[in-house]
Amino acid sequence: MKPFLKKGLILSSICFLLLYSLQSLCQYKDEAPKKNVLANQECLKCHGGHFYYYYNDWVEKDVRERMNPHFVIDSTKFYKSNHKTFACIDCHSYEYEDFPHSGSLRMEPIYSCLDCHGGDENSAEFNFEQIEENFINSIHSSKHGDNFTCWMCHDPHTYEISARTKESIIDVVEYSNNICLNCHNNIEEFQILTDSENPNILDAHDWLPNQSIHFRSVRCIECHTEINDSILVAHKILPKDQAVQNCVECHSTNSLLMASLYKFRRKENRNAAGFINAAILKEAYVIGANRNIYLNWASIAIFGFVILGICTHAILRIIKK
Amino acid sequence: MGVKIFLYPLSIRIWHWLNAVLCLLLIITGISMQYSNPEYPFMRFDLAVTLHNIFGITLTVSYVFFIIINITTNNIKFYKVQLKGFKNRLITQSKYYSVGIFKGQKTPFPISEKRKFNPLQKFSYILVMYVFFPLIFITGWALIFPETIIHDVFGISGIHLTDLLHVIIGFFVSVFMFVHIYFCTIGTSIGSNFKAMLNGWHE
Repeated sequence: MKPFLKKGLILSSICFLLLYSLQSLCQYKDEAPKKNVLANQECLKCHGGHFYYYYNDWVEKDVRERMNPHFVIDSTKFYKSNHKTFACIDCHSYEYEDFPHSGSLRMEPIYSCLDCHGGDENSAEFNFEQIEENFINSIHSSKHGDNFTCWMCHDPHTYEISARTKESIIDVVEYSNNICLNCHNNIEEFQILTDSENPNILDAHDWLPNQSIHFRSVRCIECHTEINDSILVAHKILPKDQAVQNCVECHSTNSLLMASLYKFRRKENRNAAGFINAAILKEAYVIGANRNIYLNWASIAIFGFVILGICTHAILRIIKK
Repeated sequence: MGVKIFLYPLSIRIWHWLNAVLCLLLIITGISMQYSNPEYPFMRFDLAVTLHNIFGITLTVSYVFFIIINITTNNIKFYKVQLKGFKNRLITQSKYYSVGIFKGQKTPFPISEKRKFNPLQKFSYILVMYVFFPLIFITGWALIFPETIIHDVFGISGIHLTDLLHVIIGFFVSVFMFVHIYFCTIGTSIGSNFKAMLNGWHE
């Protein structure tokens, strides 16, 4: 091999390795700090699965026990969640590092979102104070008081923001609706705060035409919250009799979907190719909201000419009679 | 008084008026949905959807009735086209409607027992009954059962394309209705063709 070719090959290899290392470094930045991952692994050894093992001093042997399903942490979901960089003991007492855990830890107070995010400049865009105000005025809070916490909907071990990050609206809808259905379609979860039975979702929405399409295409919160422009996602859940039932609030050019589900996409292609609210068209079609300006004008023009033609013809018939 | 010919049997008359009323109701409810506006609520959206579906289903049944009439009677013969010279016959009829009618000329293709439609009528009726109607039924039924529609057609929502086709054809059918109603006033008197479709006798 010629010397300059050899040098070129070595130089290219070095550049490739350098770029590869830089990319790996960038990826690492997004992941959880290694020390937290290692520390969390100690907890996840037991809480990461449905069974755990420990040495029982009383019977002097290793014991395999079932983990309480409410205390199982899905590590895959956790390391994809908003709190993925955290160590377990950032939120839980460091005393959990001892096993068996002290019984008094069961009384450990749980943080609320505002304990960390209130007044936090890094979270300013989320406007947590306004979210809390919205939440306090919501039916969840007014009906159940302090018993209804943020964690009822936003499990800190799994919750991830979706409306801005997920590419597909269908995925955003599914993720969001599953949060509601987790209680409203599951009597065990529903009865954590009440003795009453959860209403049947399908029966309660039997007035809604094309029910399955609506459930797949829009979030529950589109109709069941009051739109608030100062926060990214509305949190004031309304009583059922105040939910949107007037179809034209979505099925019109001024569709409220553009202020809720599509608010993060409304700046792109609002009126692309003559279609009003075109952002919706990528994955759905809303009659009344997705009209085409050009087709509207063309239809008015054609109709106008037809009416004019008929009138002219009729007048000439009368004159020439 | 001119010669009377019995052209419209009872079955055709019933189908025709049912068809006419349903088309008008579908246009009204369709426009109400397409141009829905909370500030000018012409008709409640959910009511418009329900009525549009009911009228659409009834129109399909009525269309099946029309096809059965055509198959079981000799009504189908009026829709058969002799392609040779058809273009010239269309031009002749168009010239009559745009010029000759004002000069008091006689219609070039007078109605008889063998010829119920003039060439322009035949062309427009074939287009509406055998092209537009099947298309509007297919798209309409697909919109009643949207889960049957392909979700994504080259990056565009299948429901969107189906609805667009449905609305465009609906628009052309409504234009046809206007023109058809107007042309019905061209007869021995303004009301003679309407009367004929009531009693079956063409004057």
